[in-house]
Amino acid sequence: MSNEEGYVTADGRKIGGTLMEMKNITLRFGGVKAITDISFDIKEGEIRAIIGPNGAGKSSMLNVISGFYVPQEGEVWFKGAKRPQMRPYQVAQQGIARTFQNIALFEGMSVLDNVMTGRLNYMKSNILHQAMWKGKAEKEEVENREAVEKIIDFLEIQSIRKTPVARLPYGLKKRVELARALAAEPMLLLLDEPMAGMNVEEKEDMSRFILDVNDEFGTTIALIEHDMGVVMDLSDRVVVMDYGKKIGDGTPDEVRSNQDVIDAYLGVSHD
Amino acid sequence: MAQSSQTAGGLKSIPALLHRNATEFGDRPAYREKEFGIWQSWTWKQAEKEITNLALGLINLGVNEGDFIAIIGRNRPYMYWSMVAAESVGAVPVPIYQDSAAEEMVYVLDHCGARFVIAEDQEQVDKVIEIQDRLHQFEHMIYLDPRGMRKYDHSRLHEFSHIQEQGHAAREEFLPELKRRSDKLDYDSTCVMLYTSGTTGKPKGVVLSNRNVIESAKNSSEFDHLRLDEEILAYLPMAWVGDFIFSVGQAYWCGFCVNCPESEETLQADLREIGPTYYFAPPRVFEIELTSVMIRMEDASPLKRRMFHYFMDHAKKVGGDILDGKPVGFGDRFKYWLGDLFVYGPLKNTLGFSRVRVGYTAGEAIGPEIFDFYRSLGINLKQLYGQTEATVFITAQPDGEVRSDTVGVPSPGVEIKIGESGEVYYRSPGVFEYYYKNPESTASTKDTEGWVATGDAGFIEPDTGHLRIIDRAKDVGKMADGSLFAPKYVENKLKFYPNILEAVVFGNGRDQCMAFVNIDLNAVGNWAERNNISYSSYQELAGHPEVLNAIKLHVEEVNKSVAVDEMLSGCQVHRFLVLHKELDADDGELTRTRKVRRRIIEEKFNDLIDALYSGKDEIFTKTEVTYEDGRKGSISATLKLIDAEVVPVTTRKVAAE
Repeated sequence: MSNEEGYVTADGRKIGGTLMEMKNITLRFGGVKAITDISFDIKEGEIRAIIGPNGAGKSSMLNVISGFYVPQEGEVWFKGAKRPQMRPYQVAQQGIARTFQNIALFEGMSVLDNVMTGRLNYMKSNILHQAMWKGKAEKEEVENREAVEKIIDFLEIQSIRKTPVARLPYGLKKRVELARALAAEPMLLLLDEPMAGMNVEEKEDMSRFILDVNDEFGTTIALIEHDMGVVMDLSDRVVVMDYGKKIGDGTPDEVRSNQDVIDAYLGVSHD
Repeated sequence: MAQSSQTAGGLKSIPALLHRNATEFGDRPAYREKEFGIWQSWTWKQAEKEITNLALGLINLGVNEGDFIAIIGRNRPYMYWSMVAAESVGAVPVPIYQDSAAEEMVYVLDHCGARFVIAEDQEQVDKVIEIQDRLHQFEHMIYLDPRGMRKYDHSRLHEFSHIQEQGHAAREEFLPELKRRSDKLDYDSTCVMLYTSGTTGKPKGVVLSNRNVIESAKNSSEFDHLRLDEEILAYLPMAWVGDFIFSVGQAYWCGFCVNCPESEETLQADLREIGPTYYFAPPRVFEIELTSVMIRMEDASPLKRRMFHYFMDHAKKVGGDILDGKPVGFGDRFKYWLGDLFVYGPLKNTLGFSRVRVGYTAGEAIGPEIFDFYRSLGINLKQLYGQTEATVFITAQPDGEVRSDTVGVPSPGVEIKIGESGEVYYRSPGVFEYYYKNPESTASTKDTEGWVATGDAGFIEPDTGHLRIIDRAKDVGKMADGSLFAPKYVENKLKFYPNILEAVVFGNGRDQCMAFVNIDLNAVGNWAERNNISYSSYQELAGHPEVLNAIKLHVEEVNKSVAVDEMLSGCQVHRFLVLHKELDADDGELTRTRKVRRRIIEEKFNDLIDALYSGKDEIFTKTEVTYEDGRKGSISATLKLIDAEVVPVTTRKVAAE
């Protein structure tokens, strides 16, 4: 179904060519098939959602994209080349950043330091330079701090800059995690349930930030989300998974009217 | 009105002052703003350049002399530049409260007929777009923060920096025109138009000339010996006259630096980092800070807590006297010095008041305990009394003559008289020109000799010459037995208790006074937490029997203190209730500057007042509330009506006759 060309969204944004393509991915844990023969693509500049009921394999899919899991079958193509098996940090170097379903921040560190860790790929000076705090290391720190401050400003978390993450409420932690992912200036941003456990107001804020990130930085975003309302409003195209299989793929409207999707969500007995 | 323009050295407009500052001390900081975690600063020279570019850009956009330019946003250097740039092209800047809902903006924008709007961000732009169909003269909008604005139709929208760039590019073409326009500005030309918050009726546009602003700034700066090296933090609404005088008038006159906080939430941290030398805050801010200090001290370790109380007791005894330069014994001075080392100094540092030389509070009465607390720490906190119509200053307290119950002596250049009804009148070079498009109100406020009615009732203390304000003149009434009814006087006494956020007293023309009370969620909530009282909402806490009991004790104490005053002993509160919702500006119960709108509350809660007078024990009520985004809902509750003990007084009217 996916053509190589981009398309224009309903609100007039131009979406580019294919950035990432999953070809016939199958992932097994022992005898359990988490993902069965799934293919889809992510285009440059779009907001792509992966949805599905609990246990559908969404997070596994995201872990395949982020390089944390290596599928037994199938290929992952990124920027027009087949991606070899690589370590997660190598994937990060390629320009993919993510947030986690269960927040994974350094709880004892301040928000600022947490976000700074997202800049790891941009810190090239060696340990000696860093220890002496001269020349290159200092310059690098200043540059990275500037980039981080822009993100702090963007996500409106100035007032908690120096606060240890452990003291923050859940909604803000999620935002800090997004900040850290953004600090890596990713080409592709993976969000694992960015709205889980949030109240309506926090969800609205987060949605606004996701749209703004896409709009301002042109970042391609792939997200997993439970809240159907949010997904349908935010995303340009949606992949629907159920029991490790792809049961739908298309614009929110197409997906909404797909009988398989309705069945999966309303519950139909599986043979 | 004996002011002479010579004393201002021929500097007869804000742009002229800007030019002087940029020439005479161009390398000193004029503006700072914390952005991206760093204090970014602009010197006077840079500020002049930015303002010139913007002014040129405005001419390029088609701004004519006499046009009105609405400015909506929080305190940021760019917003201040917008005001000055507007004036320098001969237009009139109209700052607007940035938290107004779109509906509230319609009136003001339509009334002044603003052709241009300079808005801070998407939020403000959206509000104006929402109402633009109803604004017939509106043409172009300039926005500062481009975030989220990419997809907007840009035929009438312009980015701030682009306007400046275009202005800079068209420099050759428009510079002579800009110079022509700003050279024309003199003492009589309009400097700014500010809308009053409107405790009664529609807001009125107060037109202030350069004479008003510059003379007031000059007089008040001299009164407090303000200098070039002051630091102030600009955080109060730009649409309020006080901010205009402090952050534009006095800042340009003296040439000191205006610091803008990073965001509303970071205010406290920013205050600490800047350490202002000249500081203004409404009583509420001081109250909130004192409450939070007290709460935090309760949580501190026993040693710290004991030290705090020990030294604060000492400060209460001698701190004020030391500040006023009165004689204090060596032992006490030494102990105060120790206290400063261990308690006062660190506390002032935490609050951001380490360097405050002159601090002012105004707008409402401040509780004596609160006032004395700050003064005893060695912070020179004073009171002033002012109005938009007076370009702020009517009276102020000179150093060494500071008390919590007066508002000071007439400011330099101000004359004061008390009318027959007890209303305070003043005349000064700061007296406003006129209300825009409202000659009737102008005439009824300002008489032909230039005397302006303040609307406040008060008297001048014979021995000190200090002015004391009793209440709003129109709120002062008579009880059924003819004794004086001054609700504000009693309300203020009630509000001095940390547990009470707001109080409204009724009783005009009746035989007894009744009161509505709003609890302070912070203070009472903390108390509840400490005493293991659980509550799920404001409403539930407000109705808790223990809370009601505490409030009852407060009311009874107030009654005792009111009874002492011969004139006002009739105003004791016989019955009261604790409201189930906080009075809120969004519901129209308070003004945007958080003053009680008595008539509206009286109308809205009519049923409750009737119940209080009818002697019932409780009443069921339902109230409509407006959420911040304009949606409406309602809350209902059963309120307890409580009797408070009053002190019997024999009517003393005999003495008056």
